[in-house]
Amino acid sequence: MRYLSRKLGFYLVALWAALTLNFLIPRMMPGDPVEIMLAKLGQKGPVTPESREAIEAMLGTDSSRPLWAQYGDYLAGLANGDLGVSLVFFPAPVSSIIAQTLPWTIGLIGLATIISFLTGVGLGTLAGWKRGSWMDNLIPVTTMFQSVPYFWLALILLFLLGSVWPVFPLNGGYDVYNVTPGWNGPFLASVVYYGTLPALTIILSSIGGWMLGMRNMMVSTLSDDYMVTAEAKGLRSRRIMMRYAARNAVLPSISGFAISLGFVVAGSIITEAVFSYPGIGSALLQAVGGNDYALMQGILLIITLSVLGANLLVDLLYSVIDPRIRARG
Amino acid sequence: MAAADTVTVNLAVPRRRPTLPPMTGKLATGLIIAGLITLFGLIGPLLVQDPAKIDDIGLTPPSADHLLGTTQTGQDVLAQLAYATRGSLIVGAVVGLLTLILSGFFGIVGAYAGGWLDEAFSLFTNVVLVIPGLPVVIVISAYVAERSLLLVALVLAITSWAGSARVLRGSTLSLRSRDYVLASRVAGERRWRILLVEILPNLIPLLASQVVFAVIFAILGEAGLSYLGLGATESFTWGTMLYYAQNGLALRLGAWWWFVPPGLMLALFGAALSLINFSIDEIINPKLRNQTRGARRGWRMSREQIRRAKESTL
Amino acid sequence: MSEPVLTIENLSVDYLVDPVVHAVRDVSLTLRRGEVLGLAGESGCGKSTLAYAIVRLLKPPAMITSGRAVFHARGGGDIDWGDLGPEDLRAARWDKISMVFQGAMNSLNPVISIRDQFEDIFTTHRPAMSRRDRRLRCGDLLESVGVDRGRLTSYPHELSGGMRQRVMIAMAMALEPQIMIMDEPTTALDVVVQREILRELTRLRDEHGFAVVFITHDLPLLLEISDRIAVMRDGAIAELGDAYQLYTQPRHDYTKQLLASFPSLTGDRGSFLRESA
Ligand SMILES: Nc1ncnc2c1ncn2[C@@H]1O[C@H](COP(=O)(O)OP(=O)(O)OP(=O)(O)O)[C@@H](O)[C@H]1O
Ligand SMILES: [Mg+2]
Repeated sequence: MRYLSRKLGFYLVALWAALTLNFLIPRMMPGDPVEIMLAKLGQKGPVTPESREAIEAMLGTDSSRPLWAQYGDYLAGLANGDLGVSLVFFPAPVSSIIAQTLPWTIGLIGLATIISFLTGVGLGTLAGWKRGSWMDNLIPVTTMFQSVPYFWLALILLFLLGSVWPVFPLNGGYDVYNVTPGWNGPFLASVVYYGTLPALTIILSSIGGWMLGMRNMMVSTLSDDYMVTAEAKGLRSRRIMMRYAARNAVLPSISGFAISLGFVVAGSIITEAVFSYPGIGSALLQAVGGNDYALMQGILLIITLSVLGANLLVDLLYSVIDPRIRARG
Repeated sequence: MAAADTVTVNLAVPRRRPTLPPMTGKLATGLIIAGLITLFGLIGPLLVQDPAKIDDIGLTPPSADHLLGTTQTGQDVLAQLAYATRGSLIVGAVVGLLTLILSGFFGIVGAYAGGWLDEAFSLFTNVVLVIPGLPVVIVISAYVAERSLLLVALVLAITSWAGSARVLRGSTLSLRSRDYVLASRVAGERRWRILLVEILPNLIPLLASQVVFAVIFAILGEAGLSYLGLGATESFTWGTMLYYAQNGLALRLGAWWWFVPPGLMLALFGAALSLINFSIDEIINPKLRNQTRGARRGWRMSREQIRRAKESTL
Repeated sequence: MSEPVLTIENLSVDYLVDPVVHAVRDVSLTLRRGEVLGLAGESGCGKSTLAYAIVRLLKPPAMITSGRAVFHARGGGDIDWGDLGPEDLRAARWDKISMVFQGAMNSLNPVISIRDQFEDIFTTHRPAMSRRDRRLRCGDLLESVGVDRGRLTSYPHELSGGMRQRVMIAMAMALEPQIMIMDEPTTALDVVVQREILRELTRLRDEHGFAVVFITHDLPLLLEISDRIAVMRDGAIAELGDAYQLYTQPRHDYTKQLLASFPSLTGDRGSFLRESA
């Protein structure tokens, strides 16, 4: 329980830091984002006083209100869930843009990352178990993929599998002409078809890291004392591998998984740019391109919160599988 | 757990001094490739023509005049590559240095000092670690229209040091409770002296591997930012070259001489640094070393003997 | 005396590193049913290597270069430990010979519960056993070494060093093996706990009748608990004999030296220090 309350305390601090960072960035940057936004919004249509207020609360007003009062307005605005109006997607509110795009990102990136983690850890287990086998020699190859910049790999795969041998579609999240979004078979099939290549590039570029990390931990674990005990006990080697070696070796990979989530999000922005995928990363880039500061800040906030939430989940899972951590706190 | 079991302070425990990595094939390959690329980045720009000079010959394949061909606007690809190498290496070097300083400060000093300072530093490190860096970098870049190479490096460093700091903190904590460090404390050595003489030397391999990681991360991160059009303005890096190549439809037009060289340089440099890191890893983790083929070659066992031995044990 | 349960013939083990270490040289011994055989010798003389070699747990670069260990089953029939295929070897381990390792403190897997580590043994070697019987037996075993059965749900880090040691001993008895090899099982413990565990062990031995190979460099302790003692030096057996006899009339010089280095044994307080000065 001490572990749990410590962790929750930490995430509260992190949440506060993230909110504050989000508050400070637009106010510390050169230029006047509110002016620019409001001017452009005015060209597109009438701006209601409420959305004006929401934007001012998010990005800072040039009025003489002191910073701490602005901070109060900002937090109050967040509590209402009002993130202002988007400029690029005028007149849609920022929150609805996020609600539309977030599922795509979580679906694609989340699934690809989990698949990559599980396969990488599985292959790493085997490579560490049978050191010096062909599996072990696969590792330098997969780490090569990691040193190649991700977008370069993605672009080349897209060029090869999209243009040269058109096996996969070039861009998008589903076939916009022939299917209607919803819980129907053709749409879901189309989503899977369109998502395969992006997912493949993510898996290819990240699997090597999981594999190498797991392999090295396996090798370290194999020389621990309790491994000899397990062997002397006459257990079957499958059981020793899974229950004694892999079970213990996977722990650092899992805490590494939490840390890597931030990078996964970062990678997702580039993935979505390469494949014009309709996720939150593409929305962020469009916001950046159109000086849509309200949308930008809103997305940054959501991304940060999602990563924090995912980290918390992994931490809780970790405490379930490593009994020592619960005591240590 | 193990520490709790040993109650006595054993003064005879030998200090583990860092050793130079054994010159294996992996390490040599890594060093040679990284060295050649660095050399190219250092003296290349002195030998080539102006990378920004526009020529109306347009997109041309490699020829005697332009060894790596030209871009859409007739700029010499080789010249761009030389300047881009320099630019990317500068980003890598700056981020590597800043990571060294920041992670050393927050990781080692905090852990060594202990108490509330350690708590505060570790809390700060962990908060920075869970807040995703690249989105923050993207948003910051969006506010700043003119971005110098140094600014990009600075922003990358600020968002990337925390992982290293956490690793270093862990090792410092375990070193701090080693017998010989405790012994020097009992002997009344000064605290900063213990840090410099007893602890820091043992952290060098780990620091080195963290810096190498930071450099890989920075160069790839910069390339990613540039690809999104948010990299340094008005400078050449491998990333900006790829960005222009992508915008100039080099891939569709089959202008391989434009997009392959920067990508290949990135891949080669990244691979070279990874190879170097493999070798450092084997120093940091002696358990890995025993499993390398090099160590096995040191055994006087035939393949047949090893195979038979494997039958009966794991 | 009684019939043998294990015969070791001309066993030699080398560590094939540069230069080659001859860790065990031409060792021959017989272990009789139900006896406690003490194995003493200075650090690095090859005691652990010999123990590992008996059940073939050595890993490269270690190699058994010659000799064999033959196990004599209770109802007759010999098992040459070296001739077993991988599957038979696995099945024979723990069932015939179990071990308590040097540094038994770290011999338990830190992330699974004591119960799971016990049950592993039964599900592997006694698949027919019902779940209820298994649980009952695990609890009984723990209680037999003086640990509360409620501790089954604990994890190793929640136990003291002495308790972990007892848990290991309980595990070693799980399948009622005919031989238990104990490699310095009590070195890390304080004298009181050490005594307690040894008394428990002697009692269990009397009850179940398994033979024990007890490895330590603590000669006084061996004299107290063993029936026979083998003194090892540089990988070879220097002297093997009845415990009392070895104490009263040591034949080998090395044994005399070893005995002399424990002043309390020779009675004359401080003689060791005076002689070496
Ligand atoms: N992996 C190895 N490679 C090379 N030599 C080894 C290896 N393991 C053990 N040795 C050597 O084999 C010899 C016997 O070691 P062993 O562990 O059997 O000693 P021991 O009698 O159990 O000592 P202790 O009482 O300290 O446990 C020692 O000289 C040791 O240096
Ligand atoms: Mg030993």
